[in-house]
Amino acid sequence: MKRRDFLAATTTSTLALACRRKPEFPFSGELIGPDLALGHWLRGGAFADPDHFEPISTLIVGGGVAGLSAAWRLTGGGLDDFQVLELEREPGGTSRSGRNHVSAFPWAAHYLPAPDRGNHAVLRLLKECGVLEGFDAKGAPIFAEEATVRAPEERIFAYGQWWEGLYLRAGDCAEDERQYHAFFREVDRWAAFRDGQGRPAFSIPRSRCSDTPEARALDGLSFAAWLDARGLTSPRLRWLLDYACRDDYGSHLESTSAWAGLFYFAARKQGPGEDSRPLLTWPQGNGFLVDHLRRTCGDRLRCGVAATSIRPDRDGLLVTGWDAVNQRRLGWRARRVIFAGPQHVAKHVIEGLEVARPAMARIHNAAWLVASLTLRARLREPTFPLAWDNVLRDSEALGYVVATHQSLQDYGPTVLTWYRPFAGPDCAVERARLRAMDWPACARMVMADLRPAHPDLEGLVARLDVMRWGHAMVRPEPGLMWDPDFLALSRPFGAVHFAHTELSGLALFEEAQDHGLRAAEEVLAALGRRDGSWR
Amino acid sequence: MANSDLSIPQPRLKAPLLFLSVLLIASCGLIYELVAGTLSSYLLGDSVTQFSTVIGVYLSAMGLGSYLSKFLQRGLARRFVDLELAVALVGGFSAPILFQAFAHTHAFRVVLYFVVAAVGTLVGLEIPILMRILKDQVRFKDLIAGVLTLDYIGGLFASILFPLLFMPKLGLVRTSLLFGLLNAAVGLWSTHLLVSLLGPTRMIRLRCLAVMALLAVGLAFAGKFTLAMEEEIFADEIVYAKDSAYQRIVLTRGRGSFQLFLNGNLQFSLADEYRYHEALVHPAFAAMPDAKRVLICGGGDGLAVREVLKHASVQEVVLVDLDPAMTDLARRQPMVRELNGAALDDPRVKVVNADAMVWLQDTAGAPFDLALVDFPDPNTYALGKLYTSRFYRLLRSRLTEDAMIAVQSTSPLMARQSFWCIAATMEAAGLKVHPYHLAVPSFGVWGFVLASKRDFPVPTHVLPGLRHLSDEATAAMFAFPKDMDRVPTEVNRLDNQLLVHLYAREWRRWS
Repeated sequence: MKRRDFLAATTTSTLALACRRKPEFPFSGELIGPDLALGHWLRGGAFADPDHFEPISTLIVGGGVAGLSAAWRLTGGGLDDFQVLELEREPGGTSRSGRNHVSAFPWAAHYLPAPDRGNHAVLRLLKECGVLEGFDAKGAPIFAEEATVRAPEERIFAYGQWWEGLYLRAGDCAEDERQYHAFFREVDRWAAFRDGQGRPAFSIPRSRCSDTPEARALDGLSFAAWLDARGLTSPRLRWLLDYACRDDYGSHLESTSAWAGLFYFAARKQGPGEDSRPLLTWPQGNGFLVDHLRRTCGDRLRCGVAATSIRPDRDGLLVTGWDAVNQRRLGWRARRVIFAGPQHVAKHVIEGLEVARPAMARIHNAAWLVASLTLRARLREPTFPLAWDNVLRDSEALGYVVATHQSLQDYGPTVLTWYRPFAGPDCAVERARLRAMDWPACARMVMADLRPAHPDLEGLVARLDVMRWGHAMVRPEPGLMWDPDFLALSRPFGAVHFAHTELSGLALFEEAQDHGLRAAEEVLAALGRRDGSWR
Repeated sequence: MANSDLSIPQPRLKAPLLFLSVLLIASCGLIYELVAGTLSSYLLGDSVTQFSTVIGVYLSAMGLGSYLSKFLQRGLARRFVDLELAVALVGGFSAPILFQAFAHTHAFRVVLYFVVAAVGTLVGLEIPILMRILKDQVRFKDLIAGVLTLDYIGGLFASILFPLLFMPKLGLVRTSLLFGLLNAAVGLWSTHLLVSLLGPTRMIRLRCLAVMALLAVGLAFAGKFTLAMEEEIFADEIVYAKDSAYQRIVLTRGRGSFQLFLNGNLQFSLADEYRYHEALVHPAFAAMPDAKRVLICGGGDGLAVREVLKHASVQEVVLVDLDPAMTDLARRQPMVRELNGAALDDPRVKVVNADAMVWLQDTAGAPFDLALVDFPDPNTYALGKLYTSRFYRLLRSRLTEDAMIAVQSTSPLMARQSFWCIAATMEAAGLKVHPYHLAVPSFGVWGFVLASKRDFPVPTHVLPGLRHLSDEATAAMFAFPKDMDRVPTEVNRLDNQLLVHLYAREWRRWS
């Protein structure tokens, strides 16, 4: 080989090597839970029994907001003989949060609308956390300023620049404005509605809502059909409402119940004509509330432990479990069980449940992709400045929230949490699509989504981690919300009580908490402990 | 005088074109002189003295140059080209050099006269050398008439165009660099005109091009030092500009004063900053005369610290300012350091570079007896948060029960609602307030809010020996005329940040 040929060959191969080695992105990251393997392994069934069944008064299966709230309520009722089993290594379910050297940040749910004075349970929790400071002369709750979302709350990217707010006023016409106001007049009408017993049509949690036929009729049609019937066709208005549905329900207007669509707006109104109640948030999102609840649980919370079967026994229930941390079988003889996991898990764990309750098949969960981007420095912001919630109009994703917004840090590194619901019509198809995505595919999706708004993003990302939520939130599809068989899923099954936000057909912190308290109060009553309700 | 150059047959030169280069170099020479005179008048004030001394040094240096020309014997054409390049470099870079010297050293005058003398000497060499090159081509009476005529007329061109065209359009830095470039171009052109005298010209032409490239780079870089846009914003010459991680810091100098701007907003002017800082600091001390621990939020220029240190009771001052570039400027930049009396290097002063609100939220420590809040006006959300009830509550939690607070609160005349919104917000945070105001000509009528956790009387005594404040003047500040009197406003909270909108709306009327 001549020297020149040798040089050429070496250069070519080095170049080829260099090209191959060059990573697609100048940053690293990974796919983070939830633990798909362990979760899906439960479906296999047929686990051998453990050697010993530990007697316990109550076992709570699931350490999300519903389970932790049930534990909070049991402790408050003086019942300490319980444990909370959580499959994942961290509690909180879809209110989980993460923390790195820059900031704490949410992994999913990241705000709570300030509760009205009638929402006693949330007010009690916020008082314990130091967020409720008292009541004003009119009896309205006063919340700590640092917990209310700091302005600017929202901005939207459209026409190549950022604009203040979520409703895009730039370039709208008189008809858009008219329809916008017409819609919110309709919302006001529903916000003012009271039935014969004085109950509102829409309130949070939904257990406070009226079941009057007039309101229930809304559940018979999709939000899209309801809007069509009123001639509300403005693309801007429809975009805003579709965004709201994707954001809170993981579904489009067409697959959302009109009852749920109006619930989103009317239940948050302080009163007709008034603004929506302010939002409460924390750097770690609703992880702040989870942190408080888990503290009240103490060492009764056991993470990395899955309940594998629940079956009736002479005077209670036999529960088997798998300790994934120590790799061993566990067993309990429990008087009561609060199953605070989703129904699609319950049917594999609770003996006889699936056959007895076919309505559980009506629950469809939307899949979500959530990415956490750690930035070395701030993005260039030549137009409207960075807000807490940053939304891109021409995107299937929902945009991102900024973790350091609420901690007041306006300079230097930050963490963005980016959200995308897979809102297609068939949840199972969407879930399969999400499961097939590896880290580079996820990173590519995130970067492609944000690039138009932030051309300088790639050079500032230090890390991009991804959470794939296969069953992120229940979809309030038309007909589900007031289906008696669906609502009956909340009722006890023998000595098993149920607590989960999906039992409301709405994935909200308040719903999860409400079910947690209800289930805990059912247990307290069954065990002969009389106590006033916290709900 | 026998010269080996002349022993060979003398080639014909393009004499008329060489006369034209006299016109150009004469213009350049005068421009350097005007640049130095103007620049020193801007920076040091007293233009009569500055122009007289610069012209004197320059002319005498030209005399020195003319004298020294007789020591140059051989290769006159080559020497002439080199001379053009030397003038191009020293004259062309004179303005940037002088600005840097002013911004970063104490020895501005030394550098000024050295540069003026160097340019003068080099320019003084030019004409005698050129005349000697031409002396065998042109009759002596024609030579002397032609060269001197064009020399003086060139001066006229320069002196008319400098104030009318170059100063307003280009500013000092670009003008001096541009004429340096012209000087170097004359050098390059001369290699063509004098080609018969030069021998091989390749190297010498390369040298010309190198010098021109250097000046062109300087011209491009001048945009970094001073944005063309800024020159229109700022009335005076920029002597220091830096983009820190947080803001653009600009110092300007002119009309015997100097000014500090952050992101284009005036922070202080030498002429009247004492009014502002006396008013910010001393009324609070009047109500808390034995304050020992003092907190200053913002105020990285050190001027409030200077006033605080006039109080003998003070044992510790904690200055929390976001930008290390700002506090470094206050420590190191000679003009600012002199103005603040090197206050930040006082052993009682501790400088913390942090966002004051985050610092208040995330740290703990012994309570302060007195807090001075001196932030830029609330024209962004990041600044607006520093005027919220949450901020004042955080501040309150770090103070003793009797502590006094003084807050700069924008203009009660130009932004009346904004001013009273700040006072109302402080009240909402549980503070008792007494707002006050005074005239600071650079800013206009300016307002502050004096506050405490408890009721307190309006101060009637201040430290003796201040420049502006007397007991009478202090009491007068607390009376509000009708056009600035209290208006009802909402409270500026983190979740509404209404002050940012209010402030933008009110100030828009004045711009």
